[in-house]
Amino acid sequence: MGAYILKRLLAAIPVILGITVIVFAIISLIPGDPATAILGSYATPENVEKLNRDLGLDKPLVQQYFIWLGNMLQGDFGRSFSLNRPVFDEVMERFGATLILAGTALVLCSILGVIAGVVSAARQYGFADKAITFVVLIGISIPSFFLGMMMILFFAVRLRLLPVSGMYAIYGGGDLPDLIRHLIMPATALAVVATGVVARLSRSAMLEVLRQDFIRTARAKGVGEGRVIWAHALKAAMVSIIPVIGVQAGFVLSGAVYIETVFQWPGVGRMLVNAILTRDILLVQGGVVIVAACYVLFNLAVDVAQSLLDPRVKT
Amino acid sequence: MTAAVSTAPTRKAASGTFLKLFARNRLAAAGGMILIAVVLIALLAPVLPLQDPYAQDLAQKFQRPFSPGHLLGTDHLGRDILSRLIWGTRLSLVVGVVASFGAAFFGSVIGIAAGYFGGRVDNWLMRAIDMLMAFPYILLALAIVAALGPGLVNALIAVSVVNIPFFARNIRGVTVSLAHKEFVDAARLTGQTDLGIMVSEILPNVLPVIVIAMSTTVGWMILETAGLSFLGLGSQPPVADLGSMLGEGRNALITDPHASIVPGLMIFVIVMSVNLVGDGIRDALDPRLRSGALTRPMARTVVDREAVPPAPEVPALLDVQDLRTEFRVGKRTLHALSGVTLQVRAGECVGLIGESGSGKSVTALSVMGLVASPPGVIAGGTVRYAGQEILGAPFARLRDLRGDRISYIFQDPLATLHPLYTIGDQIVEAICAHHPVPKAEARKRALDLLESVRMPNAASRIDNYPHQMSGGMRQRVGIAMALVNDPDLIIADEPTTALDVTVQAQILSLLDDLRRERNVAILFITHDFGVVAQLCDRIAVMYAGRIVETGPTGAILSDPAHPYTRRLIACVPELGGGRRELHAIPGLPPAVDDLPPGCAFAPRCDKAQPACRGGEIALDGFGETRAVRCLFPENADAEARA
Amino acid sequence: MTATLRIEGLDKRFGGGRSLFGFGREKPAVHAVQDASLEVSRGQTLGIVGESGCGKSTLARMIVGLLPPSAGVIEIEGTNYADQAGKDPAAFGRVIQYVFQDPISSLNPRKTIRKILEAPLKLLHGMPADRRATRIDEILDAVNLRREFLDRYPHEFSGGQAQRIGIARALAAAPRILVLDEPVSALDVSVQAQVLNLLARLKDEFDLTYLFISHDLAVVEAVADRVAVMYFGRIVELAAAQDIFARPRHHYTALLARSAPTVGRPLGAPEGADAELPDPLNPPPGCAFARRCPAATEICRNLQPPLEDDGGGHFAACHNPAR
Repeated sequence: MGAYILKRLLAAIPVILGITVIVFAIISLIPGDPATAILGSYATPENVEKLNRDLGLDKPLVQQYFIWLGNMLQGDFGRSFSLNRPVFDEVMERFGATLILAGTALVLCSILGVIAGVVSAARQYGFADKAITFVVLIGISIPSFFLGMMMILFFAVRLRLLPVSGMYAIYGGGDLPDLIRHLIMPATALAVVATGVVARLSRSAMLEVLRQDFIRTARAKGVGEGRVIWAHALKAAMVSIIPVIGVQAGFVLSGAVYIETVFQWPGVGRMLVNAILTRDILLVQGGVVIVAACYVLFNLAVDVAQSLLDPRVKT
Repeated sequence: MTAAVSTAPTRKAASGTFLKLFARNRLAAAGGMILIAVVLIALLAPVLPLQDPYAQDLAQKFQRPFSPGHLLGTDHLGRDILSRLIWGTRLSLVVGVVASFGAAFFGSVIGIAAGYFGGRVDNWLMRAIDMLMAFPYILLALAIVAALGPGLVNALIAVSVVNIPFFARNIRGVTVSLAHKEFVDAARLTGQTDLGIMVSEILPNVLPVIVIAMSTTVGWMILETAGLSFLGLGSQPPVADLGSMLGEGRNALITDPHASIVPGLMIFVIVMSVNLVGDGIRDALDPRLRSGALTRPMARTVVDREAVPPAPEVPALLDVQDLRTEFRVGKRTLHALSGVTLQVRAGECVGLIGESGSGKSVTALSVMGLVASPPGVIAGGTVRYAGQEILGAPFARLRDLRGDRISYIFQDPLATLHPLYTIGDQIVEAICAHHPVPKAEARKRALDLLESVRMPNAASRIDNYPHQMSGGMRQRVGIAMALVNDPDLIIADEPTTALDVTVQAQILSLLDDLRRERNVAILFITHDFGVVAQLCDRIAVMYAGRIVETGPTGAILSDPAHPYTRRLIACVPELGGGRRELHAIPGLPPAVDDLPPGCAFAPRCDKAQPACRGGEIALDGFGETRAVRCLFPENADAEARA
Repeated sequence: MTATLRIEGLDKRFGGGRSLFGFGREKPAVHAVQDASLEVSRGQTLGIVGESGCGKSTLARMIVGLLPPSAGVIEIEGTNYADQAGKDPAAFGRVIQYVFQDPISSLNPRKTIRKILEAPLKLLHGMPADRRATRIDEILDAVNLRREFLDRYPHEFSGGQAQRIGIARALAAAPRILVLDEPVSALDVSVQAQVLNLLARLKDEFDLTYLFISHDLAVVEAVADRVAVMYFGRIVELAAAQDIFARPRHHYTALLARSAPTVGRPLGAPEGADAELPDPLNPPPGCAFARRCPAATEICRNLQPPLEDDGGGHFAACHNPAR
């Protein structure tokens, strides 16, 4: 097991390097030079040239990449000019908020989605199946940002049950109950689509497994139906559900960008959108690399979980 | 087991069924209608009497819906929402569709190339794709938009690129399985080039998958482009797609919610109808869904019979009477069994022999209600264990019998063992499902049994997973599991067909020893006369869902009464016969959804008379122990009866 | 007379080499076929038997050019084709064709039978459309298929019919040799005999040479002139069909013949339950069958026996042959 984890960790290194290459390549596609973007169109040519030199932008691209990479390895992601603070500090602070939101949503969607999928498959074409299928269809068709807005209108504005937006109350907040009150709506809105996807795939994975010969063997042995569904079938179905949950983590993280905008959640997604709109290139670069690297590590954890479940994976 | 089910539906022509299947799906049809309406309105936008979507009128801002002149009200600049909605819909639809075509095209090219060539090409292409997948997709989209600058076309490119990996991986998977199909090898041998094979052999087979993938992702792409516009990274003012309308409306969400609700609902309606249509297309195109194969079998076969035949005067251990099992697929009914009557006495080994589609496996599975249902239905007859009716018994009673009094050994031991449990756990479970014994004791029993089925190294093998064993060892596990509760009857469904001959010989002799030691009855299903001859006391020969002849093994093999039996035995080449012309039976077995009246073998039989094609022919007994379903049997004794 | 088909020292290894990027351990290699040599003269049928994983299909795929051999010679009517194997299957296609085990999956589900049969005529022989039509008619007659089948799709056919279409496609290439890879094992016995008899007739009609691969000894005995038995990647015995099972020299052949279930012979385990199969990733040094063999001696466990003639054209690779 240890060897397997080590192997996966080693394999993650080229992936993360690849990510830095892709990000660097995309960013260097930007027309015009960042210095003009930073200084504004009224800057004098001398100032632009000086800033370019300070940023190392007069060097060849390959060299620029390695300088950038080397700096990142030392924890130096540069400074955000719009916020005037180190990119790394800003990203890590915002990323914490995003993790709380996305993590909650991911846990919600995994549990609810798998349960809904299993129930739906076990009662195929029954009332529960039809009801779940219908709700799931609505879930995957509604834009999460629209759902979020409607929730604000209903629960916050009309019923006044929950705060409209933000992560903590401005006055007197800051404790856990306050966080949870602020978290309910955005986490739910974020989880809805992912729950739908997980439920659908769990349902079809379960249907696929339930047709397998080994399920018939279990029944021929006289194993009870509850155990056939929730132990035999679900265990085998998890082999294909777990990777889906891994992929959903990416979707939840992506959806967080919208939800953070709608609910003014101080997360990394909103930061990135603002950075793009203000052309704060270093912040975009650093943010994307850090979040993507964390996502790679998360997927590695998913693979490890998979190998724990399925003895056939280990090599 | 259900060869009849899997092959028969495909014989009907596939062309034209797509629309029929699609229309049958009411939800998909409803979605299709909504979508057509939306698309029509969007297409007609230039000729509809709409106001100028860009005409500002600040005095009229945030008019409520249904206000005069503005059916859906106005936005923050006093522009007519209805007009903007229709023009925005047009834009969103175009962008979503174009993005998905782009992703589908590039993804499919990469996927087909990687899957077909394999090796190094595959490795590098897929590494690149993995690299793209390593991003949470929106980060990549954001990075692309950051580079290209906000704008609708750039958002389109971003969404398209981000979705390429999805297509590439899907299409690659399908292509890999196709590239190893024999028809691709055959095409190579007929002189086709790689490009030719990809275009003319692979692509037509991959196309349905591409269409399915597209139809299930268009909705998603519309959502994503709307999302980027919502963030202000897509369409730029004054042009607006649905996403940017929603984004603009959000600023006045609390005071004037209609400016957000209208475009939001529109996105929802479009995506929902696209998804409904997409699901409909998938269901209609996917061959497995089409034949109804993707339904999960229930815990027991559905029983839908009118009357229960009375119990026989002399009950045996197992009495199958007039069993009729059908597969109801759509409007067609396949009569897999049309009245099977069979007895197995205690300690006896009965061989049930027949060709594929004859119904021998369906008979075996029907006994304990294990025929997959849907589509299987037991439409008549009865099964009695020790005089007690099983098919109508409560499920709890059936479950008590399964694996305890009557157990099964199946054909393919790799598929029939659970891949994620150790074999020890699987045997222990069979004990614990029926007897409340402590785990340790059950495990001890499992180990004893593994030793008695002559599992080499049983003590260490007990903690192995099925994939770590050879086929012969897995089948020993299957036998151990069947024996674990000392059953009265084992139903063995082609237990050695998947094995090599040398292993088959070992397994057969093991089964023979065990049944004599433990005095357990066996119902042995096979297509192989050699196996039956060596193992079984009695034989029942099946053809087209009926038993056509039964009797003691030796008598039937040396002196078959039914013409089918005689000719089938003649077809089997035997070792030691030297080089020769083999006997064949002309023609094919009848399709079980179109059985001829009278004797099903008549069309292939050289002795058939008009009477054979008339009515029902009974399975008549002759001699002491034999019976045959034939008007003109081969055997003098049988001819003399009646 | 030169042999129609002659292979010598044919070898195939799978795997091996190093993983991507060059680091990591050397991957394990499997020696699927080792040092296979045989000859088939014109008009003969050579049967190849063996259990799953013995390398018989790999051998066949090399002989028809679908797989490049790691070493060895493939000579068809005096010309060595080994260099083209895996690179230019079409070069093989004109002289040797393949009939596959699974008749349904060897036909493209989205092509009509006409398209399937036309491909070899067009691509291998560059035949114009009118001559193609006559040729297809001739071939259909030869395999007893009706003309109206031409515009149907493969899923509309039964296994036996589909296998005849597969044979028709192979014949359309006008080859000298047909490699039949388990051509009847997916078929029911009553249909199996139909196809076997058809094959026998076609051989005379088209002056063909057959390589007939099967796991069913009785079928092979019924159709073949000579038979090669393969075990663990090697040819262990090669002799006339009427001799090889009746008077086997190699103990593996004897075991195979005893294991085949036969009417009228009592059931008995032909060998102990703990018979150990060799591990392909870690092959034993001597004879691969030694650990299952009743006649194995010290030399068997250390030295690979060569395939030797007993003087009467009955070859066996055994240190202690049964005869």
